[in-house]
Order: sequence, then structure tokens, then C-alpha cells
Amino acid sequence: MSIGHTLLGLLESGPRHGYDLKRAFDEHFGHDRPLHYGQVYSTMSRLLKNGLVEVDGVEAGAGPERKRYAITDAGVTDVAQWLARPEKPEPYLQSTLYTKVVLALLTERDAAELLDTQRTEHLRLMRGLTERKRKGDLADQLICDHALFHLEADLRWLELTAARLDKLAAVIGR
Amino acid sequence: MTAVENRPGPTDQEESRAKAPAGIAVWFRDLVMGMRFAVGSGREGWTRTLLTAVGVGLGVALLLGASSVPSLLGNRTERSNARNLQFGEQPPKPSDSSFLFHRVGSQFRGESVDGVLLRPDGGHPVLPPGVDSMPGPGEAVVSPSLKKLLDSPDGRLLHDRLPYRVVGTIGQAGVIGPSEHYYYAGSDQLSLKDSGTSRASAYGWQLRSSDMDPILLVLILIGCVVLLMPVAIFIATAVRFGGERRDRRLAALRLVGADNHMVRRIAAGEALLGSLFGLVVGAGLFLFGRQFIGAVDISSLNAFPTDLSPVPALAVLILLAVPASAVVVTLLALRGIAIEPLGVVRSAVPRRRRLWWRLPIPVVGLVLLAMFGTVDKESGSVNTYAIAGGAALTLLGLTMLLPWLVEAVVARFKGGPVPWQLAARRLQLSSSSAARAVSGITVAVAGAIALQMLFFAVGEDFTKDTGQDTSRAQMQAMLPARDGATTQKMIDAFEHTQGVSGVIATIASRVSSPGPERGEGGYPLNTSVTVGTCETLQEVSRPGPCKDGDVFVIKGSGPDAFVDEDLPKVVRPGAQVLLNGFDDDGKIKGKPSRWTLPRTIRPVQGRPDPTGEHATGLYATMGAVDIKKLDDPTTKAMVRLDPSVPDAAEHARNTAARFDVTASVFQLTDTTDDRRFVSVRNGLLIASVATMTLIAASMLVTTLEQLRERRRLLSVLVAFGTRRGTLAWSVLWQTAVPMVLGLALAVAGGLGLGRVLLSLADKTGVAWSVVWPLPLFGAGLILLVTLLSMPPLWRMMRADGLRSE
Amino acid sequence: MTPAGSLLVAEALHKSFGQTHALDGVDFSIHPGEVVAVMGPSGSGKSTLLHCLAGIVLPDSGTVRYGDHEVTGMNDAQRSALRRADFGFVFQFGQLVPELTCLENVALPLRLNGVKRKEAQRHAREWLERLEVEDTGGKRPGEVSGGQGQRVAVARALAARPRVIFADEPTGALDSLNGERVMTLLTDAARDTNAAVVLVTHEARVAAYSDREIVVRDGKVKDMLAGLR
Repeated sequence: MSIGHTLLGLLESGPRHGYDLKRAFDEHFGHDRPLHYGQVYSTMSRLLKNGLVEVDGVEAGAGPERKRYAITDAGVTDVAQWLARPEKPEPYLQSTLYTKVVLALLTERDAAELLDTQRTEHLRLMRGLTERKRKGDLADQLICDHALFHLEADLRWLELTAARLDKLAAVIGR
Repeated sequence: MTAVENRPGPTDQEESRAKAPAGIAVWFRDLVMGMRFAVGSGREGWTRTLLTAVGVGLGVALLLGASSVPSLLGNRTERSNARNLQFGEQPPKPSDSSFLFHRVGSQFRGESVDGVLLRPDGGHPVLPPGVDSMPGPGEAVVSPSLKKLLDSPDGRLLHDRLPYRVVGTIGQAGVIGPSEHYYYAGSDQLSLKDSGTSRASAYGWQLRSSDMDPILLVLILIGCVVLLMPVAIFIATAVRFGGERRDRRLAALRLVGADNHMVRRIAAGEALLGSLFGLVVGAGLFLFGRQFIGAVDISSLNAFPTDLSPVPALAVLILLAVPASAVVVTLLALRGIAIEPLGVVRSAVPRRRRLWWRLPIPVVGLVLLAMFGTVDKESGSVNTYAIAGGAALTLLGLTMLLPWLVEAVVARFKGGPVPWQLAARRLQLSSSSAARAVSGITVAVAGAIALQMLFFAVGEDFTKDTGQDTSRAQMQAMLPARDGATTQKMIDAFEHTQGVSGVIATIASRVSSPGPERGEGGYPLNTSVTVGTCETLQEVSRPGPCKDGDVFVIKGSGPDAFVDEDLPKVVRPGAQVLLNGFDDDGKIKGKPSRWTLPRTIRPVQGRPDPTGEHATGLYATMGAVDIKKLDDPTTKAMVRLDPSVPDAAEHARNTAARFDVTASVFQLTDTTDDRRFVSVRNGLLIASVATMTLIAASMLVTTLEQLRERRRLLSVLVAFGTRRGTLAWSVLWQTAVPMVLGLALAVAGGLGLGRVLLSLADKTGVAWSVVWPLPLFGAGLILLVTLLSMPPLWRMMRADGLRSE
Repeated sequence: MTPAGSLLVAEALHKSFGQTHALDGVDFSIHPGEVVAVMGPSGSGKSTLLHCLAGIVLPDSGTVRYGDHEVTGMNDAQRSALRRADFGFVFQFGQLVPELTCLENVALPLRLNGVKRKEAQRHAREWLERLEVEDTGGKRPGEVSGGQGQRVAVARALAARPRVIFADEPTGALDSLNGERVMTLLTDAARDTNAAVVLVTHEARVAAYSDREIVVRDGKVKDMLAGLR
């Protein structure tokens, strides 16, 4: 899962302080693994260096310095490309996919399109496996079947998520 | 409260688990549950129940109608007896309540118009049934139907013949049927001296009813069997309407824990409710239908609605038997089917049908008929049970043979074009439902064929050649002739009547020998004398040259001729004869009036007159004898009518009535049908057509149901490009194959039954002309059913069936 | 939008049932020998698309062209004749005529095309063998298992050597093993005869037997291949 892209995506809805970013991340994606503030800080400085974000302003005060980050045009493009690019189908993909779907909804992009793209990628792999199965021996078939069933499970999850996009959007928008 | 009743509460369930109710209680519980399902399972359940109710209702209405026939006939006879007047040999003495009467019969445009002339002896004559007050001279009370006729424009012509002032109508008690034309007219002219007039002091006399011809009775018996068997089969079919869907619903019940016996009882409960509704529908249809019975007039056999009430015992039998058979039929129908929790399993390999126990049934029936179904024409006794039982067994046997026949024939079908193959395979898989649908028609056709054959053969007995020659005269009037002048006046009157083109009139009386010799019965030797003009005598004999004053004698000749044994003894040239009549004791009435026969008297050949009568006796021209001296002379006028003049016959009748209201007038015909025979034949024909139509209706329902079941399959077949024609043909074949087999069996069975019945009536020969119309009609019905099922088939062959399972 | 060499092409199909728009401007094309999976959630219009493509149902507007013929311009009899001669069908259930034997069921399309009974049945027997269910020939559909029945149905769809095979959830009622076998046999046979297959399914593993997939959602189609290009 790409934390950089996720934080960038969160910034798309408006400039935020580093601490706000961490809170927003935890709220949407960090249910069981909250983000360290240090991680936010290091990620933001990398993004800053790459020109994907800029510092919108600094608030002085007690405690640590509070920078407000804003996304640049390059950053928006980067997020769009990331969302449109299908993930390499592999087991336990759902956390990334989930993050992508939520971000797509948050940034009012077409989440259904994202899922369709992903399905095509899955099917492409599945076609390859099916073809291998046709030609291969029993061992090949069994191995391929294992992968096929996992991929199918992912796809089913995708379909289900696609069917529930409206509901999910309502929950996130709350 | 209802919610609690509809669903067994938890306590109920626990109880039933603890101690299952047994026997009748179980039956009752499950039947009631089935009844609830019948009305409680949504639109489909209702449709099925309604369909059954309507089907059973139609059958029940027919059965109720049939069970009313005895009371209908009984009521008619009762009313007829109640108004009968005894034409007594010893009339009662005149009293304050007695009266003279004279029955008058006439016809108006083919319908009977009958009446009684009444002349009270005293001030308080007994009133006829249904009449409130005695009509005075020149007045009449008439039946409602006659009143309607007289009041109509058509009745003006009849009014000339019945020139009475209508002062009232006869109530229902005094009329046999609502369309009977009947009247009582007052008269001050009647006297006991007129022949046909008698005295009575009461109404009501049981006429020894002319016994029904035993053959006619057999016909009616078999008619009942033929008509009622298909009705029973129809009811059995109606109970099964919607069966396949119901089976699926029952499977769902199995899934939630009902056992196999329980679902059967539930199914029986559903059918029971349908049949109970059917009873209600049937009673309703019957009550509604009988309002119109008055309008039905099968050859003067008509009745008041209240006459059509079922015999109580039969009504009770219907009330009990219909629901009971609904239950039995349902249980039998479910016999070959296992309703499993996951669906309905028809026994995969249905048992082959066996011939060995089926064939004996019709054979036993025929044997029963041939051996014991005896008809004694002399005594008129009929072995009712053997004939009804034999016919019923034969017809029942045919319905038993049909499933075997269909299965055996269909099993041999191989190959053929696609529609044929589809139909054949379908029939091979489930030939019984097809056979069931057709069996009703088979029975109806077989029975009708047998009946019509018998009718045709027997009909010759009932259709008599009258010997009348309608080319010479079409009508005959018999009137008392008082003198030559009156007779001549009457002949003139007839000749001037509108539509009459000629009159042959003779005056008839008897002459007797003055000698002491006595003939049969102690009467003086006597013979008939007929007086007419030379011209007239040409019509009844071949006198050769003839001049006024001639006298001829005609001896009976030919094989059928009546031989007057007294004739040669009474009639000799120059002999004297007496013109007086004689009384019952053979004593000459009044002062002897002698007539000396001329010496020129000569025998001539006779010739049948237009009424078919062969002349015998003495024939005199007008100048040879004084008509005034003849005893009780009767004028017989044979009238030739102009067929181009409408109502010529009615005008001639009016002329006759003007001379004497008691004149008897009848139309000549070449042949006569026994009216009762004709009415029975027509009634049975109508009824068998109605029954067949009813069964065709049930076949339509079954076919449509089957198509609905196969909606999805039809859609799939259409998807891969099956022509509509292919499917239409397969539906036609599927109906036609069992039908053709059924009709073939019907023709065979009908011919067999018919032949046995013919031998009962001592007849031979098969009239094919009465055999073929019935199977043709049946085939027509099948075509109609197929045709009517086409639009739904077309509708079902759309792709909708492919959508969402 | 009409790729050269396409066998069956649909353009701008619209079809409504009452208020629901089952198809709302759908384009589609398929090449000979190509297997295209039509995917999408239930009620999205997948089956309606198949029915329109096969000429079972006429769209409210839009055209379907098969080779040189405009299917949408044909009358019912012509479309029936086309389906008999050039199309084959496999459905999820209820497709075999229950009273005919399996052999007769397979021979049915041939016989509808006017092939003599003997000839048709000889042919049908070959297809039953090819689909590995030759022993079902004399049995009725009610007497064989679901997997066998479906293979018989596939044999029937292929028997008349159709140019396009329409399969609507052909494995819907089967377990995985039977489903896979049926799909393998179906697609192998289609490739051998260079027939196109329009495969409606909601299962990814079944769709994986296709060369490409399209997704129908709310009556609209997304051609994933076109999207990727």
C-alpha cells in the first residue's frame, strides 16, 4: 500500500496540517494500525522534494512547528495515475484496493471505473492461468486452480464493493 | 383471533408432537388444511379452486337437471290427470254440480290447440283445476300461452275458430306446460245426443297411460348412461385441473416436514373444497338455468321452472357422491407420483398397462346385454338393471381400454417428422393424461353411435307410412251431416275458402238387413254406405260410366283389404235394406225406413282415397238415396290446399269450425313420426352434443395448462429457431393422436353396443349415415380445441419465457 | 466502431421493458473464432443483450448485423431460419426436451434444418462422443445428471455447426469440475469450428475462458479491450 499516494489523495480535498492528515488517515484506513506522526513527516518531506505538495503556510505556536500542506497539480496527476493503474493481482490485495476505492470516492472520481479496470487485470491473469491449465499436467492444473480461486475471490469482493459503492460513498461523506 | 386460528400455536405443535392425533382426526385436520391452502395460497390457488368449481359446477348442474326429469314428468302427468274428464259409459245423473263436456282438438300452424266445451247442468258446476269461474256461453278461459297467441297479430286467424270472449286465464295447476295452448269454453248447445259429448261431476281421472314402448324405454335408459358417464368423467377431470402446479406446492410442504400421507390428504382437501364450491356453483347454475326451462319446448315436452326440481334422494346422492369422488380421484391421481421434499417424482418407469383385466369389462357388459337384457315386446317389460348395467359396463370398459390402446399404439411410433416426433415422444412419456382427456368424448361418441343406430333402425317402426296420398288432398274434415243441403253448403263453403283448390266430400252411414239373421255381437247384418256425386266417387273407386241414381258395391280386395263378411248378405240387387241405426242391444232405432236397392247395382274395383282408406261397402250417387233418411250421417270432406297460399290449412280449419266447433280436422301426411320418439331422439342428440362440448372445454383447459407448464421449454425451442408451425403441428398431433384412437375405439365400441342393442330390438343392419357424423363432430371439437390453444401458444413462444427463472 | 472482419455487430441497441431500460445504447462486435464474455451484475441487461444479438428479441432501436444480413430488419420467420442455420444456444436450465432422448435432443437442430433422421442421429452421436457423454444417447434428460445434461445441451448447440454460439450462464447449475469441463469442451469445439461464442456469465472463472470480456452495467456496456487500447 502506498502511504504517499494515500496522503496525497487525502490532501486533494483541501490543504491540511500534518497532524490533520494523520487523523484523516487513521479514520479511513488505519483501523488496526494507526500511522506514526514521524511517518507522515518523512513522507511529506519526500513528496515536497518531488514537487507533489507545497507548504501552504506555517502556524507558529507552542510545541512542534505546524506546517499546512497543499497538493500541487503534479500531485493531482500522480494520484489520478495511481488510481487508474490496476494493481498487480495478488493475494491480500484488498487493503490497497479498499484504500483506492475510498480515495476515489473522497476525490469524487469514478470508483466503478477503477473496479472495472482492476477486473480486467484480474481476468487477464486468470486467462493466462486457464490457458496454462489447458496445456499443463495435473500438478499445473492444481497450482493454477489455487491461484484462480484466490483471484476469483478478489474479483467477487470487487463486484460486491462495486454494488455497494453508493452506500460506501454515503458513509465516507458523513 | 383469526390469526391464531390460521396458524397452529406453539402449544398445538407441542401437543401434536407429544400425541399425534389418529384416524379420522388426522384426516379431518389435513383435509381442513388442504381447504385452507386452496383459498389461501394466493391468486394461483384461487384460480385453481375456481377452475375446479366451475368445472364441477357444470357437471353438477347437468346431474341436477337429470335428477329432475322424473319429477318433471311426474308433475306433468299429475296435472294432466287432475284435469282429465272421464268419458264414462255410465255418466252420472244430472245434479247442481254436474256438467256436459265435449273435448275439442285442433291445430294451429303445427301446434296443438286443445280445449273442452262445458255446459253446466245446474248453478254450481265443479270448476276445472286452475280456473276461478265458469265461462258462460260464448266465453272462454284460456291458458296464458293461448292468450298470448290470441292477442298477437298471428292470433287473428285463430280467433275466427275460437270466437269466444276471453274472460280469464287458466292457472298453472290446470296447464301441463307453460307453452300449452288450452282453453275451456262455455256452451249452451251441448247435448248428450251428440257423439263425443258426455256428462261428468268431477275432474280428475287417471287415464291408463299408454305404456311407453319398451324399446323407447331402453333408449332412454341407455341415453341416461351415455349422457351421465361423460359428466362423471368430466367432473373427475375438473378435479385435477392445475394438478402439476399443486404437486410442486405440495413438495414445498414436504420440505417443511409434512409426510407423504399428509400431503396426499392435503391435496384431497384442496380438491374437496373445489368440489364443494362446485356444488354451490352447480346449484346456482341449475336454479338460474331452470328459469329458462319454460322457453324450451322439445316437441311439446315443456315444463314450468318449479317442475324441474331434483328428486330428493338423487339430490342427496349428488351432494354426497361429488365431494367423495373428488377425494377419491385425487388420491388415485397421486398414486403414481411420489411427492418428495425437493420436487415431484413421477415413477420413472410407469407400469405397463395390462390388457387382461381391461378387456373383460366391455365384454362382460355386452354379454350382460345380450343374455339378460331382454325386452318383452308383448308384455312391455324391460330388464332395466341388465340393460343399464350392461351399457354402463360396456362404456366404462371403453374408457378402461383407451389408456391401454393409446399406450400400446404410441409405443410403436418411431421417427417421422419433427412435430410428429415431439408429439409421439410426449405421448409415450405420459399417455394417460391424454387418454383421460379423450375418454369422456369416447364414451359420449360410442354411446351416441349406439343410440343413433338403434334409433335409426327402430325409427322405421315409429315412422309409419300412413298410406295417405297428399298429392290428391292435404286435409280431411269430419262433420256430422244433417242433410244434403247442409252438406252441399259446406262443400261450397270449403270451395270458397281462401287457399282451397278442391273438395272431395262423401257422406257416410250404415245400412242393415231387415232379416232376422244376426251377425257378430248380436247386431243385425250391416254394412257401410257412402254417398257422393259421380265425380266424388271417382276418387274412391273405379265405377266406370256413372250417372246420378247409380249404386255400386265395392268388395275389399288386395292383401291388406278389410273383408266385410256381412256385405254379400246385405247387398243384393233389388234387395231391401234398413236405413235406421241400431242401439247397443242391436235393436233397430225408430220406425223402419226402407230402401230398395236398384237391380242395376254392380260391383266395381275400389281405390284408396286420399286419406289412404280402402273403400268397401255400398256406394250410392246422390240421386239414389235420400240423405235425410240416413242415420247419424257423417260428412268426410277431403280438402286440396293451394300450397302457395299461406295459412291455407288454418283457413280451412276455420271453415270447418264455423259449421261445427266440434268438427275434427286433421292434416294428411305421407308419413308420421311418433312424436314421443322424435322428442326423445332430439333430446338425446342435443344432450350428447352438449356433453361433448363440455368435455372439449375441459380438454382446452388441460391443454392450456400443459402449455403453461412448458413455457420455458417453448421459449428455448423458439430460441434455436423452431418454426411456430412445427410446434403448432406437434400440439395438434398430440391432441389428435389420442383423439383418433379414442374415436376409433368409440366407433368400434359404439358399433358393438349398437349391434347388441339392435338384436334386442330384433333389428339388423347398420345405418352408416348415423354413425359417421358423431366422430366427425368429435374430431371437429378437437380441431377447435387445438385452434383455441394456438393464440396462447403463440403468446408463450415469445422470449419472455427465457427471462429470469 | 465496426471492426473489420467482425461476424456479428450491434450498434446503439436500446431495449426497455416498461420503465426499466434493459439496454441503453449498447455497441458490440465479435469476430469468427472469438469468445467474448458478457459480464455484469444480475439484472444489468446481459441476457437481454444476448437475446437481441441472437434475434430472439427485437431491440426498440439500433441495429444488429450478422455478416451481410441486418438481423434487426428481418421478420420473425427469417430470424428463426437464421437461428436454426447459423446460431447455437446453451442455457442454464430447462432446455432439453424432456420427452426426447438425449440423442434425439442433439439431433433436433439438424432435423429442424431438414437433415434426415438417420443422418442427423449419426451426427448427433459423434457430438455426444466428443462431449464425452455417448452413453446418455438412449436416455431421457430426466435420467441423466446435471453435468451430463449440460454436455448434451452443448452438443446440441454445436451439432448444426453454428457460426455463433450463444451461451447464457452455461455452467450456472453445475459444480466447479463439471463447469470447467463443459467450458473446456465448449471453447475447444468452438475454436475448432472457428465459431464465435457469446458467453453470458457472472463467474470470473468461466469468463476466463474468453478472449475478452465486456461489462454490462445499468444497460450500458464497457468494452474492456477497447478501454485498454
